[in-house]
Amino acid sequence: MSDYNFAYLDEQTKRMIRRAILKALAIPGYQVPFASREMPMPYGWGTGGVQVTAACLTPEDRLKVIDQGADDTTNAVSIRKFFERTAGVATTEETARASLIQTRHRIPETPLTEDQILVYQVPIPEPLRFLEPRETETRKMHALEEYGLVHVKLYEDISRHGAISTAYAYPVKVEGRYVMDPSPIPKFDNPKLSDCPAIQLFGAGREQRIYALPPWTEVVSLDFEDHPFEASKADAPCALCGSETSYLDEVIVDDAGGRMFVCSDTDHCRARRAAGHVGAEGAPFEEAGA
Amino acid sequence: MYVAVKGGERAIEAAHDWLADERRGARDVPELSVAQIREQMALAVNRVMAEGSLYDPDLAALAIKQARGDLIEAIFLIRAYRTTLPRFGASRPVETGAMRCERRISATFKDAPGGQVLGPTFDYTHRLLDFALAAEGEEHVSAPEAPARAGDVPHVAGFLGREGLIQGEPTVDDVPPDLTRQPMDLPANRALRLQALARGDEGFLLGLAYSTQRGYARNHAFVGELRIGAVAVEMEIPELGFAIELGEVVLTECETVNQFTGSKTEPPQFTRGYGLVFGQTERKAIAMALVDRALRWRELGEEDQGAPAQDEEFVLMHCDNIQATGFLEHIKLPHYVDFQSELELVRKLRREAGEGREAAE
Repeated sequence: MSDYNFAYLDEQTKRMIRRAILKALAIPGYQVPFASREMPMPYGWGTGGVQVTAACLTPEDRLKVIDQGADDTTNAVSIRKFFERTAGVATTEETARASLIQTRHRIPETPLTEDQILVYQVPIPEPLRFLEPRETETRKMHALEEYGLVHVKLYEDISRHGAISTAYAYPVKVEGRYVMDPSPIPKFDNPKLSDCPAIQLFGAGREQRIYALPPWTEVVSLDFEDHPFEASKADAPCALCGSETSYLDEVIVDDAGGRMFVCSDTDHCRARRAAGHVGAEGAPFEEAGA
Repeated sequence: MYVAVKGGERAIEAAHDWLADERRGARDVPELSVAQIREQMALAVNRVMAEGSLYDPDLAALAIKQARGDLIEAIFLIRAYRTTLPRFGASRPVETGAMRCERRISATFKDAPGGQVLGPTFDYTHRLLDFALAAEGEEHVSAPEAPARAGDVPHVAGFLGREGLIQGEPTVDDVPPDLTRQPMDLPANRALRLQALARGDEGFLLGLAYSTQRGYARNHAFVGELRIGAVAVEMEIPELGFAIELGEVVLTECETVNQFTGSKTEPPQFTRGYGLVFGQTERKAIAMALVDRALRWRELGEEDQGAPAQDEEFVLMHCDNIQATGFLEHIKLPHYVDFQSELELVRKLRREAGEGREAAE
């Protein structure tokens, strides 16, 4: 891959993306249009996140890539390999050791620090899209801060189901101004968006949008006084590490539909087991490759 | 005891090896060469060049080989390659009036200067499978040749324009926007729309164009002219102070003549739709012209019928097959985190509904 520039994109393109990122950081939660490039992976598979990561990476960075919280899911492997080949940067699976983390659908359990950047892959950046399909309209609604429709939707949920029936990609309001789609993270992760010491960048390649949360930005999940926002997860501990507080995946383990719950964040689970925590069905920790 | 599944990396590599093996097919069948694809699957090559937005028959043929004949996958390969190419300038507008036409037909006039030239067309062939082609060792085929016509072939619309019968298109010197370098900004101007349509999916545009013919924003199109042939690509070199010819590209150009509009203040006049596509791609060029015409409703003072082909945002945001296929196929990626949160919610809502029913009983 030596024919390609560092981190694949040419410097002019990276410059264009960095300008969009700077603008996004200056107006938290506002979707900045950018001239997204065709990448060698398909649209919808993280091209926005990949472009943002490519524009942020320096040779000294240490990169972590997760999908669904896990480092070894197929698309996370594919994106990590892409940057290993095109940028030659060091990679890690440990959240605490990474300087840049690209993620799809999760925020790591380990709290982030001021020295880190979290890059989200975003499929549909527009939080109003499924209420109003037209971009020309939704841009106007953002400009006029016309967010009544979102509240009506949430209210209709409550009147129909008795609860807000949005479980992921739960809309948030940033610094009291822009309503923002946090990407399809489970609403369990929403509280981690707020007052986060790390820079959070959101890249939507196909939709040509970049938006951002600078460090220590106030991010509030939309709700009502009598129906406050509630971060939810499966009501069980992790079967491998016993964690009571981490977000869990449900795994079907036999033909009879027997199931167990395990940490979605594989690094968090590994670290806990390495520290001696063992869940109900976990094996004592062994070093990888042992 | 449970050990989480690992090994995504090994699985991916094995899948890629299997793919390469399947691509080659049975080893007792000779391997296809890129030159064979370029020469004998030329219309597939043309489609890949058109929707890949890169005029290079050899690379398009290579992409088709690598993609196992999946043309959208081949277009994707070309697009991904194209973005890495440096951009050193823009050509002058190509002069299609000076095209070396190998096909040129008009459905509006029985004859016109330049003549009706059928060229290598499937029209009027009977679609009967030719089993002779299945037999090895095709006989040498040759087509009769006539002397080439000297001089330019004037555009049919030009004859209508001379009488003021067809609406003139204003010449603008604005640099057209480049949708590969700027994010799509709506409402778009016609140049940007045509750019998006020129690289849009043939099937999508065909369906939209067909819908206009069936009454969803009908605009009564005649093929005023369809021409296919080579045109010179020229570029101004600032250091030289004049334009030099870089090479030739084959283009298909279609101009439709559409229903006249007229009002109390304006006399009736024909209007047009326009299609211009790389290579011999006439289905695409005609479809493009019909959709272009349908999208011009506002400018021509027509009624918004709410038809899909009139809806600029709908058409432009969904005509790119690389965007569409990527997003469509991404739902194959793991979504367990989102699904899990929905699962929790549905269980909770069902539990609460059940409790509510018990309480009511």
